Amino acid sequence: MMWSHHLLIAPILLPLVTGALLLLLDERRHVLKSLINLAATFALAVIAMRLLAFADVANAVPSVYLLGNWAAPFGIVLVLDRLSAMMLTLTAMLALASLVFALARWHRSGPHFHSLFQLLLMGLNGAFLTGDLFNLFVFFEVLLAASYGLVLHGSGIARVRAGMHYIAINLAGAALFLIGVSLIYGATGTLNMADLAARIATLADGDRALLEGGAAILGIAFLIKAGMWPLGLWLPATYTAAAAPVAAIFAILSKVGIYVILRLSLLLFGADAGASNGFGESWLLYGGLATMAFGAFGVLASQAMGRLNGFYILVSSGTLLAAIGTADVGVISGALFYMVSSTLTISVFFLLVELVERAQDPAADVLAVTREAYGDEDEEEEEDEVGVAIPATLAILGLCFTGCSLLLAGMPPLSGFIGKFALLNALFGIGEQMNSIPATTWLFAALLIFSGLSAMIAMMRAGIRTFWAPVEGVVPRVMLIEIVPVGFLLLLCVAMTVGGGPVMRYMDATAHALHAPSDYVHTVLGTRPVPRDKAGGH
Amino acid sequence: MALVLSLAIGVLIGSGVWLLLRPRTYQVIIGLSLISYGVNLFIFSMGRPRVGAPPLLGSGGPVDPAAYTDPIPQALVLTAIVIGFATTALFLVVLLVSRGLTGSDHVDGREPR
Repeated sequence: MMWSHHLLIAPILLPLVTGALLLLLDERRHVLKSLINLAATFALAVIAMRLLAFADVANAVPSVYLLGNWAAPFGIVLVLDRLSAMMLTLTAMLALASLVFALARWHRSGPHFHSLFQLLLMGLNGAFLTGDLFNLFVFFEVLLAASYGLVLHGSGIARVRAGMHYIAINLAGAALFLIGVSLIYGATGTLNMADLAARIATLADGDRALLEGGAAILGIAFLIKAGMWPLGLWLPATYTAAAAPVAAIFAILSKVGIYVILRLSLLLFGADAGASNGFGESWLLYGGLATMAFGAFGVLASQAMGRLNGFYILVSSGTLLAAIGTADVGVISGALFYMVSSTLTISVFFLLVELVERAQDPAADVLAVTREAYGDEDEEEEEDEVGVAIPATLAILGLCFTGCSLLLAGMPPLSGFIGKFALLNALFGIGEQMNSIPATTWLFAALLIFSGLSAMIAMMRAGIRTFWAPVEGVVPRVMLIEIVPVGFLLLLCVAMTVGGGPVMRYMDATAHALHAPSDYVHTVLGTRPVPRDKAGGH
Repeated sequence: MALVLSLAIGVLIGSGVWLLLRPRTYQVIIGLSLISYGVNLFIFSMGRPRVGAPPLLGSGGPVDPAAYTDPIPQALVLTAIVIGFATTALFLVVLLVSRGLTGSDHVDGREPR
């Protein structure tokens, strides 16, 4: 066993230890706390990249880490495959950007920001790595508990009200999670995901009904998190109320739900599942389509930019759920690309919105939209516009805003377009195989294009209002370390565009591995504990 | 015993859901607590509980698994109780903060007009 194998547990241990350490430091030593947090997050990013390289070798089998040296299914396992390595890296990138952004001023607007931030990362990483359903529940609760604290960060009535709804919904969701998990245990007698997948095909009919009921209830808990219509009505309000760097890292939270659904639906109800093959797929497909439509209308109807982004999360979740519902290798591989790109976009847009709106009166947006709707009553006098220079800050913000718009709308040349193109291409590819294109494919494609269009219209409206015709022409004061993370995330999207070939190849390999769950099952169940006399030396 | 257990779970979860849908924050938190009690009993019942069977194996000799009750749901219940208790306590704090900030115990932070 190589030492690098132990790197697998580092994404959980490092944030845990850092978070605990930061608790011990006095709140007034925020420079030291910031430095520790930054160093730990940077180390996490390096580890995640290392694990990504580790997972992405030809013919890679998932790496399995036996906690306490107990073999599966008796002990809890951590499993690293391409999908989880990708999610870990995405989390680390978002964490890096939102932390640097928060260091400008947000981290001082409430207690224990740094500890909560690290514990959130621990929960996220654990949820992506674990191979056990109950352990998933524990990590889920860790990340939720940290997110409860973070959503309230900065305080204020709006945050407390939104936070209260968020906590109540998630506590109810946790109850559903537990009911689902215990039903699955009652039906199969195991909670190890790989062991479950191995047992599903041979279940008795009575137990199968129980298992499918449990899986459905469990699915609802994740769909609440992912924001499927009508379970996601809480999402835009909460994300809009949260502080900008918090909202930026929360962009990955809705993707945790998507990740688990993707993982479990293909692992448990894939081709090897016998009579349960394809369970829940049509629910995901139609639910996803409804979510896309709801999100697209929400984007159009939003007056404030933060809320627009909140609804865009629903569009993104809906697209991914519908793609998972098709259960096709090509569609899923496109969807994975889309997921990474849209998560980065959502995150960067939350950061950008705060910078742009900093100088504005919050009511001004509403006023502007109302004016558009009812017509200007007072035509403003033509001023001498010759030689009015755009301030440099606004120019940079405007450039980032244009990049965001292209990404949100899925227009070329940025990565949003590639993701959507891959999805559409794969969708019609299924139709060609069957010689007829089903109605749901047309609907999916139409909604995909409509949601892009609605994002385009909404972003153009917001852009004109903010940059060309502001009600008050105040230039926001932006610090360098606030614009750097925005640029960093946008550059990642550009890198995904330029390196589209290798990234797409990785997504293809991930999708193929997800559709062949027997590799996962055999590797997890076949990993033997390290013999006792050799185990000590590492 | 199965009847008593299922009745208890049903009553707890039923009243919990009713309270959860009420407009006062205090009712919501009591509702959530009742639901979590119901859920804990439910997890326990998924181990097919039996009267008088221990969950731990004694030392020595071959054992007959049929004489023992399943220990895993009991372990799960312990974890779920701890986590549920902690998150409910956290919710209680937020509830008090909301009451202090808005001066109202309505879940929306203001009385409906």
